[in-house]
Amino acid sequence: MRAFGILLRRELALAWGRGGGPLLALTFYACVVVLLPMASGRAPERLAAIAPGIAWLALALAALLSLERLFERDYEDGALDLLALGPAPLEAVAVAKCLAQWLATGSPLALAAPVAALMLGADLKVMPLLVLCALAGGLAFAFLGGLGAALALGSKRGGLLVAVIVLPLFAPPVIFGAGALDAYSAGLPWTGGLFLLLAYCVGAIALSPLAMGAACRNALD
Amino acid sequence: MLRVVLIKELAIARGERRLFSGLDLTLEAGQAAALVGRNGAGKTSLLRAVAGLLRPVEGTVAFESETGPIEADTARAEHLHLLGHQDGLKSSRTAWEELRFQTLWTGGTEDGARGAAKRFDLNRLLDLEVRRLSAGQRRRLALARLVASPRSLWLLDEPMAPLDAGQRAAFGTVMAEHLAAGGMILASVHDPLPVPTRSVEIGA
Repeated sequence: MRAFGILLRRELALAWGRGGGPLLALTFYACVVVLLPMASGRAPERLAAIAPGIAWLALALAALLSLERLFERDYEDGALDLLALGPAPLEAVAVAKCLAQWLATGSPLALAAPVAALMLGADLKVMPLLVLCALAGGLAFAFLGGLGAALALGSKRGGLLVAVIVLPLFAPPVIFGAGALDAYSAGLPWTGGLFLLLAYCVGAIALSPLAMGAACRNALD
Repeated sequence: MLRVVLIKELAIARGERRLFSGLDLTLEAGQAAALVGRNGAGKTSLLRAVAGLLRPVEGTVAFESETGPIEADTARAEHLHLLGHQDGLKSSRTAWEELRFQTLWTGGTEDGARGAAKRFDLNRLLDLEVRRLSAGQRRRLALARLVASPRSLWLLDEPMAPLDAGQRAAFGTVMAEHLAAGGMILASVHDPLPVPTRSVEIGA
C-alpha cells in the first residue's frame, strides 16, 4: 500500500505535467463546445435539446486525447523496467496510472461538463446527473483508454491503434450515459441507463488492469 | 538477502534468431561476474532475463536466500536491481524527485537517498531538472538510486560508459563495498570492472 501511494503521487505529478495536463483536455473540450453551435446553426431550442449529449460526447473525446501516451513514455525511457521490478505487480502499477490520469484530467473535465452544457442552453435540473455521469464515465474512459495505450505499446502507429481499440469500448458508456441524460431531461425513467453506466465502469476497473499488466509484460519481453 | 543466483541451461532468442543456448552460471554472495562478448551477443538480453523482463526459450533462473530457495517473483520484486542503457529518469522532473521516487519504490528510505546523493557528489544538482544534467551526471544519479536501494543483486548494463576517470574509481569503491557486504554483481562490460570479477563469455 505504501508503494502504491508513492507511485500514485508520482503519476499524479506526471499526469499534471504531461502534454499540458488538464489544461489541454479542458481547452479541447471548450473548443468543441464553442464550435458546435457555429456548425449546427443557432436555433437555441435545437441546441438545448442536444446539449447534454454533446457535453457528454465531447468529454469522451477529450479523455481519449491525453490517454494515448499513458504507458509509452515509461516504456521508451526505461522507467517501465523499474516499475516492473518494484514491490507492486504491474497490474497495480496500471491502476495507479489510470487513477492518476482520472484525477488529473478526468475529474476537472467532469466539473467543466455542466458549464459546457449550460453554455449550450441545457436545463439546469440535468446538471447533477451530468456531473455524476461524467465522473463515472471518466473513470471508465481512463481505464479503457489505459488498456488501449498498453496494448499499443511498442507499435509504430500507436496512436492510431489506440483509437481503433478504444472506439468499441467507449461506445457502451457513451450510449448508457447519453440515454440516462436524455430520459432524465424528457421526464422518463432514467435510472436504468445510470446503473448500466456504473456497472460498466465497475467492470472496466475490475478487468482492464489484468489486461494492462499482461500487455505491459508482453511489451517488455 | 539473496545468497545464490543459479542460471541453468539458459537459451535466449530474439525473434527468429537464437542468441545463445546452454548458458550455466552460478553467482554467490560477494561475487561479481562480468559478461563479455561482441555487440549483439545477448549480454543485455541475459540481464533482462535474470530480471524476469524477458522470457528465455529454455532453461531457468533460480534464486536462493539464507533460508533456502525463494520464488523468482519475490526475488525480483525485493532483491534485485537493474540499471540498463535507459535509466528511466523523467526529464521533466527534478533530480531529487526522481531519486527519491526510485529509491522509495525499490524499498529504500529518504535518508538513504540523501546519503547516496552525497556519495556521488550530486548535492548541487538535486534541484535541477533531469534534462539539464549531462550524460555522466545522469548516470551518477542512476547509480545513486542503485546504492540507496537495499537490494543485493545488481544487474548492470555498461555501468561505467559515461563516467569520467574519477567517478569510475569512486564507483569501483562502491562496488567493492557492495561485494564485501555480501552483495552480488552481474555486469555487461567492454572495459574491465575495477573489482575482482569472473569473466563469462556470451555467445562465443
